Amino acid sequence: MSKSVKLKRGFTINLAGKAEKKLAEVSQPETFAVKPTDFPGMLRPKVLVQEGETVKAGTPVLIDKRHDNILYTAPVSGEVVAIKRGEKRKLLEIVILADKEFEYESFKSYSASELSNASREELQEQMLKAGVWPQIVQRPYGVVANPEETPRDIFISGFDSHPLAPDYNFIFKGEEQNFKTGIEVLKKFTSGRIRIGVDGKGEVNPLYNNLDGVEINKFYGKHPVGNVGVQIHHIAPIGKNDLVWTLNPYGVIQIGRLFSTGKYDTSKIIALTGSEVANPQYYKTYSGACIGRFVQDNLKNDHVRYVSGNVLTGERLEEKGHLGYYHHQFTVLPEGDKPKLFGWILPTFKDLSFSRAFGLLSFLNPPSKEYVLDTNMHGEPRAFVQTGVFERVTPMDIYPTYLLKAILAEDYDEMEALGIYEVIEEDFALCEFVDVSKHDIQAILREGLDLMQYS
Amino acid sequence: MKFLLNAINKVKPHFEKGGKLEKYYFLFESVETFLFVPPDTTRNKGVQIRDAVDLKRFMMTVIIALLPALVFGTYNVGYQYYQATGLEPGSSWDLWWVGIQRVVPIIIVSYVFGLFISEFAFSVIRQHPINEGYLVTGLLVPLVLPPTIPLWQVAVACVFAVVIAKEAFGGTGMNVLNVALVARAFLYFAYPAYMSGDQVWVYLGGHTPVDGFSGATPLAIAAATLESGQSVVSALAEHSDMYSFANMFYGLMPGSIGETSTLWILVGAVILIATGVGSWRIMLSAFAGAYGLAWLFNIIGHNPYMQMPPEYHLVMGGLAFGIVFMATDPVTAAQTNTGKWIYGALIGILTIIIRVLNPAYPEGIMLAILLMNVFAPLIDYFVVGANKKRRLKRATV
Repeated sequence: MSKSVKLKRGFTINLAGKAEKKLAEVSQPETFAVKPTDFPGMLRPKVLVQEGETVKAGTPVLIDKRHDNILYTAPVSGEVVAIKRGEKRKLLEIVILADKEFEYESFKSYSASELSNASREELQEQMLKAGVWPQIVQRPYGVVANPEETPRDIFISGFDSHPLAPDYNFIFKGEEQNFKTGIEVLKKFTSGRIRIGVDGKGEVNPLYNNLDGVEINKFYGKHPVGNVGVQIHHIAPIGKNDLVWTLNPYGVIQIGRLFSTGKYDTSKIIALTGSEVANPQYYKTYSGACIGRFVQDNLKNDHVRYVSGNVLTGERLEEKGHLGYYHHQFTVLPEGDKPKLFGWILPTFKDLSFSRAFGLLSFLNPPSKEYVLDTNMHGEPRAFVQTGVFERVTPMDIYPTYLLKAILAEDYDEMEALGIYEVIEEDFALCEFVDVSKHDIQAILREGLDLMQYS
Repeated sequence: MKFLLNAINKVKPHFEKGGKLEKYYFLFESVETFLFVPPDTTRNKGVQIRDAVDLKRFMMTVIIALLPALVFGTYNVGYQYYQATGLEPGSSWDLWWVGIQRVVPIIIVSYVFGLFISEFAFSVIRQHPINEGYLVTGLLVPLVLPPTIPLWQVAVACVFAVVIAKEAFGGTGMNVLNVALVARAFLYFAYPAYMSGDQVWVYLGGHTPVDGFSGATPLAIAAATLESGQSVVSALAEHSDMYSFANMFYGLMPGSIGETSTLWILVGAVILIATGVGSWRIMLSAFAGAYGLAWLFNIIGHNPYMQMPPEYHLVMGGLAFGIVFMATDPVTAAQTNTGKWIYGALIGILTIIIRVLNPAYPEGIMLAILLMNVFAPLIDYFVVGANKKRRLKRATV
């Protein structure tokens, strides 16, 4: 049974600097990293290697002491060259200098029939060991799934509607078999369904054809239509006692690769995007790649911000920073640290705004117009004023302002009643973008999620 | 521009933590951010780009929407002056000049006492940023006062409203009641002689009015028909030829400074709706509520006031102004979309009830909005409650 869901609310941000659909030839980055900060809810990370040690792709380098059976493994083989810590010795990243030729830890490879006879426990053990487990993210809370639990359903969003998002048809081309294998593995984990949300407009990604026992739902609308949380809300919402798992198609592909080849193969295609990139295009690399190689001699100016992921939910990177575990793109934006005389009242066509308040004329531009936006805040933090815009960019039956106020008041019953289980940061990212009072909405939401989980 | 920026950067250290004038940081911040949008950039995690809108621009949009009513109101003060005194204006500029002399001082007093004294003092004492809300309130207050209001009363009302109605509740965004309406209500009950009756709505400047001048507003005339038994339309026509429906819609008649012209208020409404700053739901439902009940009264037709054609209610008194600019205040209105429909409709209905059924108060919009401000959270409570129930229901299935 497949549904077709049309969303009316939302806001698509059309930025300049879309990646051109071609794979660039560039030598591989020298370093790759595993970053505990990529995994929300990892409270007590522990490093398993020391500087100078050599590792293979798939060698465990990190665990969370609270779930020490989930191993976080090296994406490439090479030498651990740095274990970076920040303030209060917070572990930031484990940097690996990659070999020219990778060596892989060997895991068991399965034929199709072996796979269908294997038990959940057997498959789970291999996934936990090899480092693909963290690809499974659990809702509520948006944290790495707990292997002891059985999810009601498994949701996969088949497309990305974020600004400058990579085209999944392009980056997952040729991975049909691995995807299929991955789905077969995942089927063992749930008594419910595997539900894939696909983009209603445009061609269906061949990845999602010819799958057995999988529910395909079509979604139409503006961003955040591609967010798995929004899709879950419209297909089978998460109630108080529900638990579901979510994966990016890349996670499924990685699981498939692990079982068909017996290797932890983290190769992926990433998009280099943003208005400040001279030639925005795709690159083939591995998980946790250092971005330096890709931006070298490829920028229009040097006063920029590097963002791992997209501009709504991403994270700022240093010039030699490493791409996040869940990210398939990085974005380069102009830094907006210049004051602007009377910038709060001058009319402008250039600055994008969801609102049409006086002088904000971007709504008159054709929808195809591509914007060059910098990182300026465009205003100062102010008291919450309920302007009704949050609701207009959140296509869910949820009242964001009420939920956020419940979080600030640390009112657990209210948070639960208002639907905190149904959302994670990315679902409220647009609220943060449009907020007149310039609050850190995503950070507030994460605080609420932490409160619900840990206290 | 460079010079300004340098000047600001030069004095900035004094206001920052550890500086001599640290206490006054938020004063400085308000001036700085008024001149320049600061160079602050988005944080390391979360959105990396931000919408170009901010609270200043949001509030500024309301001010721009108020301008048509303000400009017309200023002209009307002068127009009424010459009508009532029988003096001959030399040119139309004289009309403007009388209006400007009356209206501008009231606006200045409102901003000086509301913004510069009350808000600034609180920002220093409570150490919170100066929110831009008062930019709008400071202009709303003069527009709902009669042109003859003594300036000291404006000052007292603004201080009262800001301190008691807003800062005592925690500042912008936290107030329960519309601040400008509290200022008006304060004057209405503290100094009724200056705020009601027939003598306050036209500025005479010390001159004796011409024979036959009454100065009564249409609402007062309509209320008086309850005793005389005359039909409202004929009473209005008898009273003055300005009280035809068309003229009342256009607005050249006695009344509070900004409230008389339904036409120019609707221009403001169009600006608010087009920019998405004011809620069309509230406006539509409030007008519909008022018209609906007035129509029902018309059907019942128990007394002359009830028999008045319902559309007259919409152009008399402050109904249009209150609905467009006061009821839609995002802080004090209902916040959910369903709630807005209920909230708006009740404002319209209550206004007509107070006007028609309660002869003690000729004008009902102020009290209706204040009352609904108090009930708005309750309305939202039920609307949000329904959302919670839907969620709960899903969970048990």
